[in-house]
Amino acid sequence: MYTVADLRKGLKITLDGDPYIVIAFDFAKPGKGQALYRTKMRNMINGTILDRTYRSGETFEPASLEDRKMQFLYKEDDHYCFMDNQSFEQFHVDESALGDAKNYLIDNLQVDVLLFKEKAIGIDVPNFVNLRVVQTDPWAKGDTSGSDSKPATVETGYVLRVPPFIEEGELITIDTRTGEYSTRVKG
Amino acid sequence: MAKNRSLAARKEALKGRSSVIRKIREFFNEGGYLEVDTPLRIPAPAPESYIDAVPSGEWFLQTSPEICMKRLLAAGYERIFQICPCWRDGERGRLHLPEFTMLEWYRLDADYRDLMNDCQALVRFLSQAVNGTRVISYQGTTIELEAPWERVTVAEAFRRYTSMSMEEAEERDLFDELMVKEIEPNLGVKHPAFIYDYPAARGALARLKPENRSLAERFELYVGGIELANGFSELDDSREQRERFEKEAAFRAALGKTSYPMPDRFLNELSEMGPAAGIALGIDRLVMLLLNSADIGEVVSFTPEEL
Repeated sequence: MYTVADLRKGLKITLDGDPYIVIAFDFAKPGKGQALYRTKMRNMINGTILDRTYRSGETFEPASLEDRKMQFLYKEDDHYCFMDNQSFEQFHVDESALGDAKNYLIDNLQVDVLLFKEKAIGIDVPNFVNLRVVQTDPWAKGDTSGSDSKPATVETGYVLRVPPFIEEGELITIDTRTGEYSTRVKG
Repeated sequence: MAKNRSLAARKEALKGRSSVIRKIREFFNEGGYLEVDTPLRIPAPAPESYIDAVPSGEWFLQTSPEICMKRLLAAGYERIFQICPCWRDGERGRLHLPEFTMLEWYRLDADYRDLMNDCQALVRFLSQAVNGTRVISYQGTTIELEAPWERVTVAEAFRRYTSMSMEEAEERDLFDELMVKEIEPNLGVKHPAFIYDYPAARGALARLKPENRSLAERFELYVGGIELANGFSELDDSREQRERFEKEAAFRAALGKTSYPMPDRFLNELSEMGPAAGIALGIDRLVMLLLNSADIGEVVSFTPEEL
């Protein structure tokens, strides 16, 4: 059980039966008045944002969430299929619950899947993933436009800016926290 | 490179803080005030509904130097000021530290209007001395100090910025919530603002208005939406003060909060004080405003989380 003193950004609690994550928090106390705990929370299943203000003495149930190591298998329509590394059980995750992570899902990628009541509601991908460039325009020698990057599409369909020297078919490392190009993978 | 990079990066802010405090002392010394140091650890803090003292052995760490400073007034010290740490249990946020630095000053033969004038003079002086300008640029807003500061009653602020009257907000226990969400963000945006005449129940140590005893002669100073100081005309009637304290103590007991012994010596001496006014100003927040810092943690050497 949490109290208002535990409230902080990132705390996961249960509210009206759903798991919520605190995305903004501020303590307020107008002169000589009572303490107010102002929170902004995101529903971890449907993404709805809530503003709630709590007072001293209120309590919260932790969100009963579980992290499991899984492997990405395949995409079907608008859901993605993963397999539990230990039980070999398969889980479907809706595209809407994946956020930016869907940009980095290639076959066999190891991820952490977040479960709420045995239902997968989100995933964490590694900080760095290697993806192959499937389309990018060649760099015209003598290009004087002064541009130091160009668009490239990787095998998942994700489009990002890469340095001009990157060519089609090359493998690049992407920082999944920012979604930006990191390095070229040699060989 | 320093191991503690965030502490090393705070050097300029801590230099700024030091000059603000030096200039505060200059302001009050030249204004004929005596600087005093009263004990930080006391047996009996003033019982107030929502201010919780941190226990220290059998005693408590002060939540404000108010009780001791008013005993000095009662003993004939006309103008006094103090810069000291205060502790308030459980208060931590962008504008709150459980241990913070307070400036308090007290004057005999003065009321809350005199304190508002003191605030104007002090903040203008500090801005000029520290930043060389009478304008505070804070987090994208520009606050002019030169023009007359806004003065608005609490009742008027409720009318202007919320959908219910001050009385209704009190009745429905929404006073604090509306103050924080609807009113505070509008206060002190173009010029600093004084909001004054609080409901009587919200000033346990303040004198009530002679012409309307449902209101206390208490005000708050806001700059850029930030509550900077709380001042009032002092209640100087011992019997009334005891009754008000007993009411606050009963409220604390009903909420299951720590009870404190009655500050009897203070209550016995209070009647000798006569008309007076006193004010508490948060130095950390003043430094935030003058140095344009977004978070109170940027203007102290260590936050509790960093110890």
